[in-house]
Amino acid sequence: MAAPAVARPPIIRTERLRRLASGRNAIVALVALLVAYLSLVPLGFLLWQTFVRGGHLTLASFREAYSETGLFDMTANSFAFAAGSTALAVVVGTGLAHLVVRTDVPFKPLMFAASLVPLIIPGILHTIAWFFLLSPEIGVLNLHFIHPLTGHDFNVTSIPGMILVEGLHLAPLVFLLMVASFRSMDPSLEESAVMSGAPLRSVFFRITLPLARPALYAAILIMAVRTLESFEVPAVLGLNQHIWVFTSRIWSTLNAVPPDYSTAGAYAMSLLVLTTIGVFWHGRLANRARAYQTVTGKGFRPRAIPLGKWKWPATVLILAYFVVSVVLPLAILFYASTQQFYSPPTHYTLTHLTWDNYKTVYHDPLVRHGFKNSLILGLGTATAVMLIAAVASWIVVRTRLRGRWLIDNLAFLPLTIPGLVLGVAILSIYLRTPWLPVYGTLWILFIAYLTRYIPYGMRYSSTSMFQIGRELEESAQMSGAGWFQVFRRIVLPLLMPGFVVVSVRELGSSVLLYSPGREVLSIAIWEMWRNGQFPELCALGVLMVGGLVVLVGVAYKLGARIGVREA
Amino acid sequence: MLTIRNLVKTFGAARSEKHKRVHAVDDLNFDVREGELFTLLGPSGCGKTTTLRCIAGLEMPDRGEIAIDGRVLFSSEKRVRIPANERGLGMVFQSYAIWPHMNVFKNVAFPLRVMPRKQRPSKRELKERVERALTVVRLDHLADRQATDLSGGQQQRLALARALVLEPPLLLLDEPLSNLDAKLREEMRFELKRLQRELGITGIYVTHDQVEALAMSNRVAVMRDGKIEQIDHPRAVYERPRSRFVADFIGTSNFIDGTVESREGGTYVVDTDAGKLRITSDKEYSVGAPVVVTARPEHIELNTSLNGVGPNVWRGRVEARAFLGEVVDHVVSVGPHELRARCNSKVSIPAPTEVTLRFHEEAFSLIPAGE
Ligand SMILES: Nc1ncnc2c1ncn2[C@@H]1O[C@H](COP(=O)(O)OP(=O)(O)O)[C@@H](O)[C@H]1O
Ligand SMILES: [Mg+2]
Repeated sequence: MAAPAVARPPIIRTERLRRLASGRNAIVALVALLVAYLSLVPLGFLLWQTFVRGGHLTLASFREAYSETGLFDMTANSFAFAAGSTALAVVVGTGLAHLVVRTDVPFKPLMFAASLVPLIIPGILHTIAWFFLLSPEIGVLNLHFIHPLTGHDFNVTSIPGMILVEGLHLAPLVFLLMVASFRSMDPSLEESAVMSGAPLRSVFFRITLPLARPALYAAILIMAVRTLESFEVPAVLGLNQHIWVFTSRIWSTLNAVPPDYSTAGAYAMSLLVLTTIGVFWHGRLANRARAYQTVTGKGFRPRAIPLGKWKWPATVLILAYFVVSVVLPLAILFYASTQQFYSPPTHYTLTHLTWDNYKTVYHDPLVRHGFKNSLILGLGTATAVMLIAAVASWIVVRTRLRGRWLIDNLAFLPLTIPGLVLGVAILSIYLRTPWLPVYGTLWILFIAYLTRYIPYGMRYSSTSMFQIGRELEESAQMSGAGWFQVFRRIVLPLLMPGFVVVSVRELGSSVLLYSPGREVLSIAIWEMWRNGQFPELCALGVLMVGGLVVLVGVAYKLGARIGVREA
Repeated sequence: MLTIRNLVKTFGAARSEKHKRVHAVDDLNFDVREGELFTLLGPSGCGKTTTLRCIAGLEMPDRGEIAIDGRVLFSSEKRVRIPANERGLGMVFQSYAIWPHMNVFKNVAFPLRVMPRKQRPSKRELKERVERALTVVRLDHLADRQATDLSGGQQQRLALARALVLEPPLLLLDEPLSNLDAKLREEMRFELKRLQRELGITGIYVTHDQVEALAMSNRVAVMRDGKIEQIDHPRAVYERPRSRFVADFIGTSNFIDGTVESREGGTYVVDTDAGKLRITSDKEYSVGAPVVVTARPEHIELNTSLNGVGPNVWRGRVEARAFLGEVVDHVVSVGPHELRARCNSKVSIPAPTEVTLRFHEEAFSLIPAGE
C-alpha cells in the first residue's frame, strides 16, 4: 500500500533555528559528548601511552613487558585461574540452579539468600575470610578438619586455592543466570523425557543442559571475563607467594618505584583485548540465542520433579553449600573481629572476646574517610549515571537522530574495560593534564566509577524506556509537562541504592586512583590488610556487611532487583 | 484396566489465603476399560490436568490409589509410589514438548535410547521401531527434519509417535488439540480417533471442549471442582445430564423449575408455573418432590398454528430471534419463563408472534432441584 505523497509543509527557517538551540538539544549534545569523552578518552590515552614513545609508534613497551622473567608463568597462571574458577562457578551455580528450579529439594530460600553473597560480602572481604579459613597452619578448616583427616594442609595461597575462592564468589552469579534460564524453559520438555522412561540423570544431561546451552555459554563467557579482571583474589592470596596474574602484575608495576606506566599499559592492553573478545563474543551469542529461541518464556507453573532417593544427598549438598558460602566466611570475620590479635579459635580465644576493634575502627580516620567518601561517591555516581544514562538511552530509543547507534555503542564500551585497566587509563590521562587537576581528589574516582557504571545504567534505563512506552511520554507532553518533567518519571530512581551498593565494594578501579584522605571503604580494607591490622579489618568488614545488608534490603524493597544483581 | 480410588490432591494456596488449600482433585473414583478412550471433560481449572499428572506420576497425590491391571502405581495406604519414569505410560503434552535440539527421528528414538541397558534394543531394532511409530502417524518421510521445522499438526503427530514408540498400556493426552487452529483440530480429531481404534490403545483424554469430548470418546467423565459429576457414554451425557452443571456445560439448556405431580412407572408428570410436562426418567422421585426440568433447545418445535394445548404442548410468544446460519434461535416467553428454541433455518418466526411450543420427549431430563 503506497501512501499518497503529501507535500511537507515548509519549515520556516527561524523556527528551525529556534528548535535547534532549545535546551533539550543542548542537553542531548552535552550528554553525547560526555559519553564519548568518558569511554573513548581513557582508551585513547592508554593506546597512546603504550604504543607511542618519543613521538613515534613503537612496540617497545610490549617488548619490555613481555621480556620480563616469569612472563610465561603469569600468562599461564591467569588462564589457569580464569579457567578453573569459571569451571567451578559454572558447575556449582548450574547444579544448584537446577536443583532449586526443577526439583523438590527443600531449603530453597536458603539458596536465594546465598545468592546475595557477592552483593553483601565484597570480594576483598570474602577473600580475606577464606584466607583465615584455609591458609596453612592458621586456617581454621585446615586445623580442625583437613589436617586431622588427610594429614596435609590445603594451601589457599596457591592457584587451586585462588580458584576455589574466586569460584565460590562467582557461583551465585551463575546461579542467578541459570535460574532465569531454567525458569523460562517449558517444564513439559523435561517431563516428557521422564514419561519416556528416562532417569533423572539422563533428563538433566540429554534434555535440560542442551536446552540451556545459550545461557550456559553466556555464563561461561561472563565468568571468564570476570575472573580475568579480578583483582582481589590474586592480590590477597597470590602476591606474597609471587603467583602473578595480569591484574596483580599491573598493580605491582605501578606500585614499584618508579612506577612503570608503559609496561603497565602493555599488560593492561593485553587484558583489555582478552576481555573485549569475551564481551563481544557474548554479545553475538546472545543475539543468536534470541534468534534461535524456541523455548519461550511463558508463565509456566513451577513444577518440581521429585528427587526420590536423591532427596537426602541433595539436601545435604544445599545445606553444605550454604554453610560454606555464607556461614563460614561471616562467622570467621565476626570471630576475628572480636580478638585482640588474630589466632585460630580455641577455648581461650572464644572466652576472651573484645569489642575494642569496633571502637578502634570507629575512631580510625582511615575508616571515617572511607565511609564519608564512599557515601559521597556512591550517591554522586548513582545520580550522575542515572541522569546520563537516561538521556543517552532516550536518544537511542526515542529519537531518530543520525548517529544514535554510535552513542549506544560508546556507552556500552566501558563494559569491556576491567576496573584495574580503567584505573591505569585514567591515571595516564590525569597525570599528564595538570590543567585538569583531578588527580589526588575525589573527582578522579568519580570519573572512574561513572565510566564503569554507565553501561549498566544504560541497559536498565533503555529497558524501562522501552517498557514505559511512548504514550506516557506523549500524554505527559500533551498535558503540559515539559521534557524535563517527563524525564524524572522515566529515569528510575530505583537504581540509586543499587549503585551505592556497587561503588562501596569496588576495589579494582579504585586501588590505583586513591590518594591519602581520598580512600573509599574497600581501600580502607585493602590498606588494613597490607598493614596486617587483621582484627580491625574484620570489625570494619562486619560493619560493612551489616550496612550492605540494609542497603540491599532497601534496593530490593524498591524493586531494583536486576540492577543490584547484575552490577 | 486403570482403577482410581479416592484420589485426593491439594495444593498450597496463594499467600493471601494462607490456611486454605486448593483441592484440585477431590476424592475421585473411576475405572477405565481396556481399549476405550476415556475423556475427562470440564471447565478450565476443574482438576483434569492434575488428575492426569497424578496418573502419570508427575504429581504426587495426597491420598488414594492408582493401579493398572492390578499393578499398583500409587497407594497412600500401601506406601507404594512408582516414579514416573518407571510407570511405562505414554503422554502427549498440551505444548507437545518436542525437543528442539533433536531431529524427528531422535525425538522418537529417545525413549528407546534411555531404556535400562539390558532391555535396550539393538541399533537395527531401534531403527525399525522408530520407523514403525513414524509410519503410524504418517511422518516417516520427515525423519531427518529438525523438529522445530515441523508445522503444528506435524509436531502434534510427532509427540504422539514418541508417546507410542514404547507401546504403553495406557496413553495420556492433555488437551492435545488445543494449540491447533480450528480446521486442523477437526482433522486431527478424526485422525486420533482412527489411530486409537486401529491400534487398540487405551487412552485418557483431557479436554475442556465438549464437542471434542462427545465426538471422540467411548465414555466421558464431566468434572467440576475436582469432583466427577457424571460418567456416561457421550450420548447419555448429552441427553440425560444428571445435574444442572452438566446440562449447562454441555450444549445449551433451558431450565424449568417444578414439582412432581404424579408418577406412573418411569413416567412423571411435572407441574411448573408455565404448564405441565410429561417426562420419562430412570431416576426415582417421589410425588411432591421439587425438580428441575432441562430441555434442549433443538428439541423444542415452534408452530404458528395455535391448536391443542396440554402436557408438552405449551403456548408462548416469540420475543426475539437470531439467525445463526444452519439454525435459527428463538427466544420464546412462556408465563414467567424465557425459553430458547432452536429451529432449522426454514422456520423463522418474527417477534412478536403467538406460537405453540411442542416439546419432544428426548428434550427432557429430570434433575433434582438444588443441584
Ligand atoms: N502446581 C500447582 N500449584 C498450585 N495450584 C495448582 C497447581 N497445579 C494446579 N493447581 C490448581 O489446581 C486446580 C486444578 O488445576 P488443573 O488440574 O490444571 O485444571 P485443568 O487442567 O482442569 O484446567 C486449579 O485451581 C489450579 O490453580
Ligand atoms: Mg489443564
